[in-house]
Amino acid sequence: MAGLGKIARRGFLIGAASVAGGFAVGVYSLRQPFVSPLADDLPPGVAALTPYVVIDAGGVTLITPRADMGQGATSIQAALIAEEMDVALDAVRTDPGPPAAAYYNAAIVPEGLPFAATDDGWLAERARDAGAMVAKAMGLQITGGSSTVPDAFDRLRRAGATARAMLVTAAARRLGVAESALRTEDGVVIAPDGTRLSYVELAPAAGRLLEPREVALKDPADWRYLGRPMQRIDIVAKSTGTQRYGIDEALPGMLYAAVRTNPLRGGGMAGYDASAAEAMRGVVRVVRLEDGVGVLADNTWRAFEAVKAIRIDWGPAPYPATTEALFDSIAGAFTEDARDSRLKDEGDIEAALEDGADVTAEYRVPFLAHAPLEPMTALAWFRNGQLEIRAGTQIPRFAEKTARELAGLPKDGVVLRALPMGGSFGRRLEDDYIAQAVRLAWAAEGRPVKLTWSREEDMTHDFPRPAAIARGRGRVSQGRVAALDLSIAAPSVSDSQMGRLGFNALGADTAIVAGAWDQPFAIPAYRVTGYRAPETVPISSWRSVGASANGFFHECLLDELIHAAGADPLAERLRLCSHAPSRAVLEAVGEMSGWGGALGPGRGRGLAYTLSFGVPCAEVVELTATDRGIRIDRVFVAAEVGRVLDPVNFENQVQGGVVWGLSHAIHGELTYADSRPEQENFDAYPMMRLPECPEITVRGLENGERIRGIGEPPVPPAAPALANAIFAATGQRIRELPLSKSVRFA
Amino acid sequence: MKMTVNGVEHEVDVDPDMPLLWVLRDILGLTGTKYGCGIGQCGACTVHLGGRAVQSCQVAAGDVDAPVTTIEGLGTPQAPHPVQAAWIETQVAQCGYCQSGQIMAAAALLAETPAPSDAQIGDALWGNLCRCGTYPRIRAAVRLAADKMKGG
Repeated sequence: MAGLGKIARRGFLIGAASVAGGFAVGVYSLRQPFVSPLADDLPPGVAALTPYVVIDAGGVTLITPRADMGQGATSIQAALIAEEMDVALDAVRTDPGPPAAAYYNAAIVPEGLPFAATDDGWLAERARDAGAMVAKAMGLQITGGSSTVPDAFDRLRRAGATARAMLVTAAARRLGVAESALRTEDGVVIAPDGTRLSYVELAPAAGRLLEPREVALKDPADWRYLGRPMQRIDIVAKSTGTQRYGIDEALPGMLYAAVRTNPLRGGGMAGYDASAAEAMRGVVRVVRLEDGVGVLADNTWRAFEAVKAIRIDWGPAPYPATTEALFDSIAGAFTEDARDSRLKDEGDIEAALEDGADVTAEYRVPFLAHAPLEPMTALAWFRNGQLEIRAGTQIPRFAEKTARELAGLPKDGVVLRALPMGGSFGRRLEDDYIAQAVRLAWAAEGRPVKLTWSREEDMTHDFPRPAAIARGRGRVSQGRVAALDLSIAAPSVSDSQMGRLGFNALGADTAIVAGAWDQPFAIPAYRVTGYRAPETVPISSWRSVGASANGFFHECLLDELIHAAGADPLAERLRLCSHAPSRAVLEAVGEMSGWGGALGPGRGRGLAYTLSFGVPCAEVVELTATDRGIRIDRVFVAAEVGRVLDPVNFENQVQGGVVWGLSHAIHGELTYADSRPEQENFDAYPMMRLPECPEITVRGLENGERIRGIGEPPVPPAAPALANAIFAATGQRIRELPLSKSVRFA
Repeated sequence: MKMTVNGVEHEVDVDPDMPLLWVLRDILGLTGTKYGCGIGQCGACTVHLGGRAVQSCQVAAGDVDAPVTTIEGLGTPQAPHPVQAAWIETQVAQCGYCQSGQIMAAAALLAETPAPSDAQIGDALWGNLCRCGTYPRIRAAVRLAADKMKGG
C-alpha cells in the first residue's frame, strides 16, 4: 500500500487545485455554457448535439446525468429532451454520460439556504441565483434534494429544442429550403414536398454547426409526452429480471469481494487474524483496509463466509456507546452556546408564554437506516495505469475524485460508469464503498473486483438519519392557536456529510429546522429555534432529510395546540395558513378524505401538512383501533408541484413516500449498544409489509409558479398524520417514534 | 451436482451448503434473482422450487431436489408471463430491485389460487419487502394478472 499512499498525495494536490480553480473563475466564465463533455474524442460517425444528445448510425442516445435510484429520473430526463427534440421515446437509448461539471445541478443548493420556499423576495431570489452559481462553479453533479425535475425542466427541454434546431438547419442547407418550411416528427425532418431526412443522416452535418443562442420551446398544450402517463423506459427490464444493477456486474476474470470494517465508526483496527479465512476454499487474498479487512474470492458467498471467519480487534469509537447516551448528548444541546438558528421569530413569544403554556411537550425521533434493498456494491478494475469503476452513485464526480486521489491517477486516469440503483434514499450520497472497491482492486491489479456488502455490513455502516429531540410550548386563546414555540436539537447532517466531501459547511444548518421553521402559518407569536448537538455517529441525508423529523415535531405540536383550543385541525390550519397554494392543498385533502364526516367508534382521522423541498403536501390518515391493534385503513394525499409531468410516476412516488414515512414511523429505529447499531439485519429492523399497507389516494395540484420534485415531500407529513389519527381514535398522544413502542399495530 | 434451472440441466461444482441464490447469480449468471438480506427476511431472492415459491438464500445447493424456475425462466421482455405483463401494465416498479421476487411470489400464488382474496394476496406476499413502497401497485397488478389469466 506504500505506493498507493505516495501517489495519493499527488492526487490530493490535483484535487485541491481543481476545487480552488473552480472558485477562482470569474462571473464572466460562469455565464458561459460548459464545453460539452461529449466533444472530446468522439468516434467517427458520432455527433454530439449539446451535452445531452448523441446520434450515430444506430440512432439517438439521450444523456440523462441524474442517477436513477427508482424515482424515475432516467425516464423523465429522457422525456424532457425527447419532447422538444421530436423523437419517439420508445426509439431512443439513454446513457448516464460521463461524470462532468457540465452536468452540475443548479437546483441542489437552494433547499439549504435560510429562505423559505414561499419567500420570493429580492434577497431570497438573489441567494437562489448565487446558489446556482456556486453549484455551477463547483460542478456539483449531485442527484438528491428532489431537484432532478426542477433542475432539468428548462435545461433539458432547451437541450432537446437546440438539438432539433441544429438538425433542422442541417436539413435546410441540404435541401436548399427555408428552415421555417420544415417540420419534424419522430426523428425525421420533413420538407414541404414530403422529402424525409432522418436525424441519423443529418447528424454529421448538424454536429458541425454552432448551437443556436435562442430556441423556442413548445407550448405545453402541444406536448406529446409531458403531462400524460408515460411508460417508464426501465419498466419492462424491471418486470423481467433483465435490469442490470451494480450488484449484477460481471466481467471475465472478475474476483468477488466482501469487507468487514469497524462498526464502531472511526475506531480503526488494532489487528486481525485471517489465517482461518486464508485457508478457506475459493479465497484468493485477504486485503487489509484502513479500518478493516476485505476478502477476494471466487464467488460472493465464499467471500462473505471468509470475511466472517476473520478475527478482528477493533479500536473504540469516538462517541457515546448507547442509545441513551447518544440521546443525552442531544438533550444537552438545548443551551445558548449550542444555538444554531432562529430563522422563525414572529411576534413576542416570551410575552405570549409569560403566563405559562397550554401545551408543553417533548418529542423524540430515533436514528434510522437507509437500507436500500440493493446493498452497497462497486466494481473497480486497475489495468494499464487506468482505473475503471462501475457503481451506483448519487455523486459521480465526487466518487471519481475520491478514486483518483486514492489511486494517485491523473484526471483522465479514472473512468466511472454510473449504474442504476436498487434504491438509495440518500445512502449513495456517500462514496465509502467505492473507495473500498478501489483499494481492493489495487491489491488485485489487472483483475476486475466486484465488492458486495453483506446486509450486516450495510446496516452497521450506514450514515443514518440522526436522532433528534424537540421541545414545544404553546398558547391558545378564544379557540385559536395564539403562540407556538418549537426548539429542536439534532446533530448537523450538513457538517457530517459536507465534511466527508471535503467542504466546511458554513453558517447555520437549516436541516436541523427544515420542515418546521419554514411553514407558512401566521401564528401571532411563532418561534422555531435550532440547536446543534455534537457530532457523534456519522450521519447523512435520508429521504426528506431534516423535514423527516421536523414535520413530525411541528405538526404534532400544532395538532396538540389546535385540540387544546377546541378547534378543528383542518379549519384552524386553513385559518392560519398564509400561502394560497398550501391552502389549496389543505382544502383538497379535506375534500378527498371527507374530513369532518362521522367515522364511528374506534376510528379516527389525523391531518398533517409539511412544506418541504418547495412542495406543500397535506395528508390525512384514517384508521381503526381494532382489538388486535391499530389498522391504517386509508391515506389521502394532496401535493402541489407546479406541474405533474407524469401522473403515473407521480402517484407511485407519492404512494412510496407515504409508505416510507409510515413504515419508519411505526417500526423504524436504529439503537446503539457498544457504539454500534443493534439492528444488523431486517429481522431486527422491521418495515411495513404488503398486508399492512393502506389504500393511498393521491392528487397532484398545479397552482404553483415553479415546478418541483416529488421524491421526498410526501414523507414528512406521514408520521404526524398517523400520530394525530391515533390520538383522534384513542385519545393517546404519542410523542416518540417509532410508534410501535407505545401502541400495537394490527 | 446436477441442477435443473429454467428447464436446462446444469452440472455445477459448488459446496453443498452454498445457498441456491449464489449458485444462480455467481455460477449460472442468472442475476435477475436478487440478494437483499441473506436471512430469508426480504424475499428479493424468491424463486420457484418444484413450482413452490421459496427464498433461494435459504435453500442449500445440496438440498435442491426439484426443478428451479427463476424470473428469467418465467417470461422474457419479448414474451412476458401474464404476471410480468400485469406488472408492466400497472407500472409497478420504482427501483425494481425487489420486483423479481414479488413477481415470483405472485406467480406461485396465482398458479395455486387463481382468484385470490386480498387476505390471500397479503399472506402470499408478506415475505417480500419493497423499500420503495410500491405495495398499492403490487396489489393492483396481482388482481390484474388474475384477471388476465382467468380470461386466458
